[in-house]
Amino acid sequence: MIPGPFSYHRPASLADAVKLLADLGDDARPLAGGHSLVPMMKLRLATPAHLVDLHDVADLKGIRGYGDTVVIGAMTTQHELLASGEIRQTLPILQEAAALIADPQVRYCGTIGGNVANGDPGNDMPALMMVLGANFRLNGPGGERDVPANEFYQGAYFTALEPGEILTSISIPVPPAGHGYAYEKLKRKVGDYATAAAAVVLTMAGGKVATCAIGLTNLHETPLLATDAANAVIGTSLDAATLKKAAAAAEAIMAPAADARGPVEYRKHVGGIMVMRALQRAAGGTA
Amino acid sequence: MNDMTPTREQRTAALEGMGCKRKRVEDIRFTQGRGNYVDDVKLPGMLHGDFVRSPHAHARVKSINAEEALKVPGVLAVITAETLKTVNLAWMPTLAGDVQMVLADGKVLFQNQEVAFVVATDRYAADDGINKVEVEYEPLPPLVDPFKAMDHNAPVLREDLDGKTTGAHGPRKHHNHIFEWTVGDKDLTDAAFRKAEVTIKEMISYHRTHPSPLETCQCVCSFDKVKGELTIWGTFQAPHVIRTVVSLIAKLPEQKIHVIAPDIGGGFGNKVGAYPGYICAAVASIVTGKPVKWVEDRIENLTATSFARDYHMTTEIAATKEGKVTGLRVHVLADHGAFDACADPSKWPAGFFNIVTGSYDFPTAHLSVDGVYTNKAPGGVAYRCSFRVTEAAYCIERAMDILAQKLGMDPAELRLKNFIKPEQFPYHSALGWEYDSGDYHTAMRKMMETTDYAALRKEQTEKREAFRRGETREIMGLGVSFFTEIVGAGPSKNCDILGIAMFDSCEIRMHPTGAGIARMGTKSQGQGHETTWAQIIATEIGIPADNIQVEEGNTDTAPYGLGTYGSRSTPVAGAAIAMAARKIKAKAQMIAAYKLEVHEDDLEFDIDGFRVKGLPEKFMSMKDICWAAYNSVPPGMEPGLEAVSYYDPPNMTYPFGAYLCVMDIDVDTGVYKVRRFYALDDCGTRINPMIIEGQVHGGLTEAFAIAMGQEIRYDDTGNVVTGSFMDFFMPTAVETPHWETDFTVTPSPHHPIGAKGVGESPNVGGVPAFSNAVNDAFSFLGSTHIQMPHDFWRNWQAAKNLGAVA
Repeated sequence: MIPGPFSYHRPASLADAVKLLADLGDDARPLAGGHSLVPMMKLRLATPAHLVDLHDVADLKGIRGYGDTVVIGAMTTQHELLASGEIRQTLPILQEAAALIADPQVRYCGTIGGNVANGDPGNDMPALMMVLGANFRLNGPGGERDVPANEFYQGAYFTALEPGEILTSISIPVPPAGHGYAYEKLKRKVGDYATAAAAVVLTMAGGKVATCAIGLTNLHETPLLATDAANAVIGTSLDAATLKKAAAAAEAIMAPAADARGPVEYRKHVGGIMVMRALQRAAGGTA
Repeated sequence: MNDMTPTREQRTAALEGMGCKRKRVEDIRFTQGRGNYVDDVKLPGMLHGDFVRSPHAHARVKSINAEEALKVPGVLAVITAETLKTVNLAWMPTLAGDVQMVLADGKVLFQNQEVAFVVATDRYAADDGINKVEVEYEPLPPLVDPFKAMDHNAPVLREDLDGKTTGAHGPRKHHNHIFEWTVGDKDLTDAAFRKAEVTIKEMISYHRTHPSPLETCQCVCSFDKVKGELTIWGTFQAPHVIRTVVSLIAKLPEQKIHVIAPDIGGGFGNKVGAYPGYICAAVASIVTGKPVKWVEDRIENLTATSFARDYHMTTEIAATKEGKVTGLRVHVLADHGAFDACADPSKWPAGFFNIVTGSYDFPTAHLSVDGVYTNKAPGGVAYRCSFRVTEAAYCIERAMDILAQKLGMDPAELRLKNFIKPEQFPYHSALGWEYDSGDYHTAMRKMMETTDYAALRKEQTEKREAFRRGETREIMGLGVSFFTEIVGAGPSKNCDILGIAMFDSCEIRMHPTGAGIARMGTKSQGQGHETTWAQIIATEIGIPADNIQVEEGNTDTAPYGLGTYGSRSTPVAGAAIAMAARKIKAKAQMIAAYKLEVHEDDLEFDIDGFRVKGLPEKFMSMKDICWAAYNSVPPGMEPGLEAVSYYDPPNMTYPFGAYLCVMDIDVDTGVYKVRRFYALDDCGTRINPMIIEGQVHGGLTEAFAIAMGQEIRYDDTGNVVTGSFMDFFMPTAVETPHWETDFTVTPSPHHPIGAKGVGESPNVGGVPAFSNAVNDAFSFLGSTHIQMPHDFWRNWQAAKNLGAVA
């Protein structure tokens, strides 16, 4: 539980951070909240020679609303998300999910950028980003580029980030007013990763589902967008048979690992239940 | 009397003696971060040691190469079994009469076993060094399943025992067999089963878990070469035993060993035994001449030092059709891991498991226990219970529920029908114990009335019908548990550790101003001894508890004692405190008689001093007597006011309690909710009701954790898969249910103040209450017994197996 030796850097600007990461190459890791990286370092599963601490980079902070889009700086903490009036009004599902992440102490340090960029299938925010159609702005030696959340995740801890690149901000289109949302997370205890979780954002028209997106957390080596499941509920009033169909469609793309949270069969089964419960709750919350 | 004269009530209250909800005096420093724990000990030039550990469960160690490690800046030494052999310490004795490798000697026998000890100038360098030690292993087939330990072709684990057909506890049947222990009358019991109208038989497992105190095991060893003295600061629940053990195995004169247990962050049995870290730190200090600190991390704690339980109990009850029990037969397969390092009194290889007849009047019983070796960590400590008592309580309480189910009787009614009756005490159990006192019917009925048990059963019936009609996916369980503990080890006639009788001690010194210091052979790890011990003295001698300083843990100053575990502190040391206080009081009475110029028989003790009978104004306070003890004692009497008592208890104490858990389970996810938990405890005389309540809350929380998910689990190759708090279930305040506590008071007839001990009761009684609730919930779907732990996925699995989930 003691990390190996490393050098610590604390750049004051985004340009300096990007340059440092480019110069130091594969031996360097950016440090945001540290809640994934530091435990890995303590177990010596990660042994970066350099840590580039992003806390002094002012450009990476802040939440700004632009009418139809909200831009969240990568170093925004989960606590800041929870405290933000802008988020409460436009993206309440982020607050619902953030409140389910670990405990207050972790949320004071843990950042949204670290949560989405690390590629940990247990993290909660990535599935939400997919459901909300978020775009990730990346900055690296090759300059700036945008990658949709849906194309970002390639495998457990493998993402579209190129060497030396960091995530700088996330822009999220604001869902229509009156949309319904829910994040259903089954976990064994506070601080645990999801045994299974489902995120739903939907709109209703005339008592029927008009639009719907469903995301899944910790049920595959990457977060998943359950497109078939979402399609199965569009145009329905979410009757029992439809819910079961959606759950089955979602279960069909799940491939969780067996671990202390339960065997594969159980995690898929409760994954389906989380989908059904999230759909019902989201529909119940529409205006 | 003027208005300023305190009333008798005010004088009593001012003492804050027994029965007072006195606030914990130790919390002033704990809540302000001013405690002094082992890791706070920092000595000049202190070095740090850390272990290279085995990644394999079973392997031959072909070679250890420390060359690269010694090149790491700051690394000073790498100690291996070969180094330890030069001082004859490669192996150490265990409390259970076995021997244990300190560092891997030719083989490793469990994952994370200690292989080499790296000593460096700081902890970081030590860890860097660990990563540079090259160990070549030749993997051997691992033995994980205890049920396969005695197979004909099972791998040989302990090559050091080759050809030894006898162990510390008698004959060994197999190369992986440790002992067989039998108690009771086999023929009579077999006859009872032959004649029985109804029998049940079930294999009831109590899975492997871990005490996991907040503070892990640790020590600082400092050897003074000039004086030839070794000082050890350590997380020791039994400091004096550690001193004696170190003296015996390191061949150091005992007066040259100073053991200091400072503040301890929880023990729960984890800190009773001796671990390789202690030996290695001591040897490293002797070799380097510098102090050496060893501090376990969480993974090391969970995977290497002292697991608990791992008992597999095949249990049979014989009964009449009307539900009167007529016989009990239990066979236990005990998985001890690679070495038998159980922390039991030496003559008791399965602890006090023969309390397994529980609270019931079994005319006959027979018990046999087979201990086996496997490729798992050694231990078998009493995790917040007297030795193997929680296993016994779980066994009988689960079995009684199974019998009730078979008979179609209510489990509470079945218990009431079979309880030992109040007039039967002192009661001699079929497996050899003498229960000192009890009133089980009153406690059980109080539980049933307070919780409105009958209404809960009615609700359950309705809910089951609703479930069958498809109106709900939730099932409801009522977990009844009625436990009898056996604590307070113990009488010298049946208890010793390595030949030392399990007495305990107290020394009280009163100062001239009416204050005093009291020292005991026990060692608090959070129990609040500094608070409660002073309360006993306050009531006994009439000096305010605030004026009594309690000190434990330093073997140079404290009288010899056997330490704190197995709920023994109050039954044994608590008695020593009362006896020492009474010696003080007796001398005080002589001094008072002299000063008041009466015969001492003419005096009576009155709250905080002595009064002349019939002359209420002739009074001398204990405070004044203390002063007099230092300047005007009667002629011929030595000055001073001190006393020592070493108390050898005449019997154990037998706390009991009635618990009820009300639980709802969602069959689709297996998620449970503990709707209500009621715990009635009878621990005899209550010294501090607030501390008792705190103890019950803590013990119930641990019981909840164990029953509902906490386990040390190994995969088929012997890898520990629950080696951190990510996977080892440690509930937070959010998951922890609300606890309702209650009590009855049945004082122990043989204890000077009638107290019985309580710290472990809630763990002992809690586990069966939770497990019975889960089992009760599922029983109407056709199940008889579902093994612990009852975590979400296993509940769902149970529902699925019973056809309740598609």
